[in-house]
Amino acid sequence: MKSVLAVCLLLCAFSLRAAVPTAQDDQLEARYRALTSELRCLVCQNESIADSHADLARDLRNQVRAMLEQGKSDREIMDYLTARYGDFVRFRPPLKSTTVALWFGPFVLMALGGGLLMAYMARRRKRVSDAPLSSGEREKLAALLRGTENEGRG
Amino acid sequence: MKARYLIPLGIFISLVVLLWAGLYLNPREVPSPLIDKPAPEFTLPLLHDPAGQIARKDLLGQVTLLNVWASWCAACREEHPLLVELARSGQVPIYGLNYKDTREDALRWLNGLGNPYVASAFDEQGGVGIDYGVYGVPETYVIDREGVIRYKVIGPLTEDCLKNTVLPLIRKLQG
Repeated sequence: MKSVLAVCLLLCAFSLRAAVPTAQDDQLEARYRALTSELRCLVCQNESIADSHADLARDLRNQVRAMLEQGKSDREIMDYLTARYGDFVRFRPPLKSTTVALWFGPFVLMALGGGLLMAYMARRRKRVSDAPLSSGEREKLAALLRGTENEGRG
Repeated sequence: MKARYLIPLGIFISLVVLLWAGLYLNPREVPSPLIDKPAPEFTLPLLHDPAGQIARKDLLGQVTLLNVWASWCAACREEHPLLVELARSGQVPIYGLNYKDTREDALRWLNGLGNPYVASAFDEQGGVGIDYGVYGVPETYVIDREGVIRYKVIGPLTEDCLKNTVLPLIRKLQG
C-alpha cells in the first residue's frame, strides 16, 4: 500500500514538473488569455472565444495560439481577425467614424438627461421658494412644533 | 400646457418605433468586411478527386457563386433544392466550399440530394473558411469576374433573397 502511494506521489511530482511553464510560455499564455477574452465568438455572440464551446471559437483559439507561437504581435493577430470578421469580433471596437455613436452616444444621452434633470430641478426650486407660508400656515406649524416639544418632554 | 404632455408621449412613441424596428433586425447577420475586397487566395483539394486541386484563379473570368456547405449543416439541406434548381437554369456557375466535413459524408450527401456545384473545394480543417470569415454555414458569396466579393448571404439562401437580391446583382455584374 505504501509503495503504491509512493509511486503515485512520484508520478504526481513528475507530472507537475512537466507542467511548469518556462517564462516564455508564461508570457505567451498571458497574451493568449488576454487576446481570446477580447475576441467575440460570432456563433454565440455574447461569449468571448475564450469562453465559447462553439467549433469556430475553438478553431480561432487555435489560430491565435499558432500565431502567437509564430511570434506575431497582438496587433497583427487582431488585424488578422478583424480583416476576416470585421470590428464586430472585438469587444472593444476601435474608434472611427462608424463607431463614434457607439463610443460617445451613451455619454451624450447621459449629458442630455442630466441637463434636463438639472433644468427641471432648478425650475422646481424656484417654484418652491416662491411659495412662502401664509401667516395662518406659519402659526399652525408653530403650534405643531410646540406640540411635539411637549410630547418629547412628557 | 397641452403641448407639454405631448413630449413624453412623443418620446414613448419614438422608442416604440425604434425597438419595434429592432425586432426585425437579425443580430446574426454581421456585415462582412470582405465585401468589395478581392476574395482571399486559396488552393484546396477537390472534393470529388483528392488528387485534383481548385484555387481562387479557377473562379476568375466569370461571375460565380461560392457556396459554403457541409453535410452536418441542417440549413444547407434547406437551401439545397434552390441551388440545384439554380444550377439547372444555368444562370451562374456555383462553386462549393465543403467546410469541415468528411469526404465520405459530403459525397454521400451530394449523391443523395443532387450536386449543383461545378466543383467543390474540400476544406477539411476550415482554414479557408476562416480566411473567408465564415461563421455560420451555409454562406454564399457573389464573386465578380475580377475575383472581388460583391455580396454575401449568411444563412440559407431563400427564394426571395435569390430573386430580389442575388440574381439581379449577378445579371448586373454579367451585363
